[in-house]
Amino acid sequence: MTATALKPTDSTDTRQPLCTKADLVAFSGVAAWLTTSQGAVQIALFYLPGHGNELFALDHQDPFSKAYVIARGIVGDIKGSPVIASPIYKQHFRLEDGQCLEDESVQLRTWRVGFQGDEVWVERE
Amino acid sequence: MVNNKMTTPTTSSNTQKLIIVGNGMVGHHFAEQLVESGALAGFEVTIFGEERHRAYDRVHLSEYFSGRDAESLALCDGDYYHTHGIQLRSGEAVTAIDREQQLVVTEQGHYAYDQLVLATGSFPFVPPIPGNDSEGCLVYRTLDDLDAIQAAAKNATNGVVVGGGLLGLEAANALRGLNLDTAVVEFAPRLMPMQVDSEGGELLKEKIEALGVQVLTERATQRIEPGDTSRLRMVFQDDKVLETDLIVFSAGIRPQDTLARACGLTIGERGGVVIDDQCRTNDPNILAIGEVALWNRSIFGLVAPGYQMAKTAVATLTGGDTCFSGADMSTKLKLLGVDVGSIGDAHGNQNPGARMFRYLDPLTQVYRKLVVTSDGKKLLGAMLVGDNSVYDTLLQYYANGIELPKEPASLILPQQSGAAPALGPDSLPETAMICSCHNVTKGSICSAIDAGAADLGSVKGATKASTGCGGCAALLKSVVDHELEARGVEVDKSICEHFAHTRQGLYDIVRVEGIKTFSKLMEKHGNAETHRLGCDICKPAVASILASCFNEPITDAAHVPLQDTNDTFMANMQKNGTYSVVPRIAGGEITPEKLVVLGQVAQKYQLYTKITGGQRIDLFGARLEDLPAIWGELIDAGFETGHAYGKSLRTVKSCVGSTWCRYGVQDSVGMAIQLENRYKGLRAPHKIKFGVSGCTRECAEAQSKDIGIIATENGWNLYVCGNGGMRPRHAELFATDLDDEQLYRTIDRFLMFYVRTADRLQRTSVWRENLEGGLDYLKEVILEDSLGISDELERQMQHVVDSYQCEWANAISDPEKLKRFRSFVNDARPDPSIIMTSERGQPRPA
Ligand code: SRM
Ligand SMILES: Cc1cc2nc3c(=O)[nH]c(=O)nc-3n(C[C@H](O)[C@H](O)[C@H](O)COP(=O)(O)OP(=O)(O)OC[C@H]3O[C@@H](n4cnc5c(N)ncnc54)[C@H](O)[C@@H]3O)c2cc1C
Ligand code: SF4
Ligand code: FES
Repeated sequence: MTATALKPTDSTDTRQPLCTKADLVAFSGVAAWLTTSQGAVQIALFYLPGHGNELFALDHQDPFSKAYVIARGIVGDIKGSPVIASPIYKQHFRLEDGQCLEDESVQLRTWRVGFQGDEVWVERE
Repeated sequence: MVNNKMTTPTTSSNTQKLIIVGNGMVGHHFAEQLVESGALAGFEVTIFGEERHRAYDRVHLSEYFSGRDAESLALCDGDYYHTHGIQLRSGEAVTAIDREQQLVVTEQGHYAYDQLVLATGSFPFVPPIPGNDSEGCLVYRTLDDLDAIQAAAKNATNGVVVGGGLLGLEAANALRGLNLDTAVVEFAPRLMPMQVDSEGGELLKEKIEALGVQVLTERATQRIEPGDTSRLRMVFQDDKVLETDLIVFSAGIRPQDTLARACGLTIGERGGVVIDDQCRTNDPNILAIGEVALWNRSIFGLVAPGYQMAKTAVATLTGGDTCFSGADMSTKLKLLGVDVGSIGDAHGNQNPGARMFRYLDPLTQVYRKLVVTSDGKKLLGAMLVGDNSVYDTLLQYYANGIELPKEPASLILPQQSGAAPALGPDSLPETAMICSCHNVTKGSICSAIDAGAADLGSVKGATKASTGCGGCAALLKSVVDHELEARGVEVDKSICEHFAHTRQGLYDIVRVEGIKTFSKLMEKHGNAETHRLGCDICKPAVASILASCFNEPITDAAHVPLQDTNDTFMANMQKNGTYSVVPRIAGGEITPEKLVVLGQVAQKYQLYTKITGGQRIDLFGARLEDLPAIWGELIDAGFETGHAYGKSLRTVKSCVGSTWCRYGVQDSVGMAIQLENRYKGLRAPHKIKFGVSGCTRECAEAQSKDIGIIATENGWNLYVCGNGGMRPRHAELFATDLDDEQLYRTIDRFLMFYVRTADRLQRTSVWRENLEGGLDYLKEVILEDSLGISDELERQMQHVVDSYQCEWANAISDPEKLKRFRSFVNDARPDPSIIMTSERGQPRPA
């Protein structure tokens, strides 16, 4: 799980460049649009320099309030796993797999994401 | 109706077929007790539940409206029953019981039983009013009921709850939460007739009306018909009418005893399946537990007695000797934010010769009543409205028969020291019931600790205490802390898993070591194992400490990831992801020119405008990407940030004062502006509010603020530690006739001492109540400098004052900081998920 987890450029279809490193905010999140086979989705991108894969991509929509705000929560870790706390009702979601810690039945979608040079690339499916 | 298919499960000869009818709270608890006691091995268990959901926490049903769903309310994991080999048939109601052949009948089939447990609970009583079945007439008992209410509320503007008891008020709160104009209609002359007397009821009514819920007592609804302005019209006995879009009936519950009646079990006069101390009905193979069961001519409408019955029933089936011997119906609740408590014989009408003490404070709206034995030695009952702080103590006196102090009234009179008269955990006997939901005594808590439970979490795990209604949480914590300390265990007061320090400890470290960043603090003082990112508890707390100490802009790169979203974007996030903009309007004084600019900006960016309760103007509904432009225009017009988003100084409310008012003795507006400008930007453990009134008429409501100032002929009287909000508290007089300079100095010291010693998210009022030594101690420290820190406190405050800069002005002059205000990093278009409609000529979230 390094920054090169993304396959090198063969089929451009499955991957999409999103932004550059300068657009990210260290230890916090930003939001971006991703085009998938189901249409455009809002995703939240978190950048944790020095922690695991460093980049994490999850749904931007908060399943509890339905507002598109996940990227604007506080990043932290609970029992060793990096998490994002929703800014509305404060539930925690694991960055690695989107699992909500307060409610087993809720999970955000996640996407594989990594740097290529200075660019951030996401795998769509 | 009976179908012939026999679906009797096959059994081996040594297990009995046990059927539970009802998968509610008590039926589930019964199954759980079977599992935990090991008795399950002897039975083959099938549970029938009429509802489509598996058992869920009905006590916390209302949280369904505040974001919890069926899954999170469920009382067990989805595979719990399956794992234990129990068959759960949800959505399959039992339609008949054939006692002769020992069969239960459902639409799907017949099932044989050796033992049957009835746990069918109760159903909401709907008074027989013509029209009570109209569309929009609903009840409040199940998840499906709540779905129906939510659906009906969609196109509604107002709602009525019929019934002003416990559940009625809870339903009213829910309607209010769904943004309906809400009214409660009660047949009796007062609210909560079961729990409170007429004084208490009157006070409760005032409090609830103050929350915007209309209360109509002594109203008997005659009929319900289609309305003119709303969907429905209720017609009362005096032909008065009330129009409403929906009606929730909450006029009491009735035992769900239909099945039992039909199969000839003994039923009480007013319903309920009669049971003995072993929870047996008159049929030896049928037991009944929970709200359907009638024991000693009483139905127990609470979960704790139901759980005790469940436990008893398991013992009965397995040859144990546990008996059900009644239950205490004392309750402590917060209804619509108003405390109500009722203990034992609260009305004093079950004990001839009982004497009563009453205390009524019309100012703070608190009512307390004690019912004691004729010799004044024992507590028989109590009633509390408006403040439950003495509930736990009184309950202990009552439940354990502890002898009352010489003057029992001292228990309900306001204390000079301000502290509630607590019965320390020490004075409780081993038999004291701490958690009545799970039957946990102080003795069992001590045993759990002796058996190795070394913190609150493990005690909860071992005893289940505080995992029911949650009402005992505070008491449990104090008992556990006390017992741990008594055993020499250091009680963990860590702020979170990342730091083994309290907020106060972290504050001291930051000051003494001059640590200026979160990462440095984590590196030097974080917990070694978790030594990583921090969390949403410690990060904002540390951000606030750093800001109090060094006052660097919170938007600086090192501090950005620490902030709550409101601080990050320097605006309050709304429920639809937009933000509100609140410029500072010091003292409430604003020029016409500035008013015009506010109007123009609101028009241009399509913002909803409202005068706030803090004497300023809030612009709601700003899109993230518009915030910098909005602030650019406001700053150009001379505005600065109002910190409405921060744990920091909010507003200094003022009255018009001596400049205009014929009674004013000082210039309260001038002083309010001075103070607001002095302390703006100070970050603190929680928000801080001031008020300044120009004379004793107190038009600025200063005595409800953290800092209240009232003009006198000779200067200013200073009040501290008041609070509005959830638990109002009157500020206390701290110093009199101060001149301007003395006033600033005293406030400097006071606020900095608060910043230094309070816990995170603790308002001055709560801080003050927890301060050992109370007001006298505070006066010694601040006015007499007993700790010798006054100079330092003043210096610290002066630093904050001198280093003030408007955070918004700072942010919009820095392109790096502005990058954060893009909705998307790869698209400049606005977020299409934000949709507004219009109401009364202004925008609002769709
Ligand atoms: C806008 C306003 C209501 C209004 O339309 O009038 C308001 C709005 C909010 N209040 Fe308030 N309060 C407002 C005046 C008050 C007042 C009245 C006052 O200040 O005189 C009180 C009672 C006085 C007091 O604080 O002692 C008040 C007691 C609360 C409380 C309860 C505090 C407590 O100690 O119990 C909260 C919750 C909290 O802070 O934890 C709260 C929290 C909130 C929050 C921040 C809730 C949230 O997290 O979203 C609301 C944010 C609105 C927004 O998005 O901008 N608001 N709030 C008022 C803004 C005043 C201002 O100009 O800054
Ligand atoms: C909004 C609300 C708030 C409350 N707050 C509190 C509180 O703060 N403290 C407190 O102690 N109590 C509170 N209660 C009361 C508490 O929920 C009940 O005491 C408790 O649920 C009783 O449990 P039970 O199993 O007897 O009944 P229930 O939980 O009602 O369960 C009975 C179940 O049996 C099912 N059933 C009925 N007939 C059949 C049939 N023929 N076949 C199959 N299934 C059937 C029903 O559908 C239901 O699911 C509250 C209740 C409500 C509604
Ligand atoms: S508090 Fe006094 S000065 Fe201020 S408006 Fe009221 S009466 Fe006038
Ligand atoms: S008293 Fe209900 S959880 Fe303890």
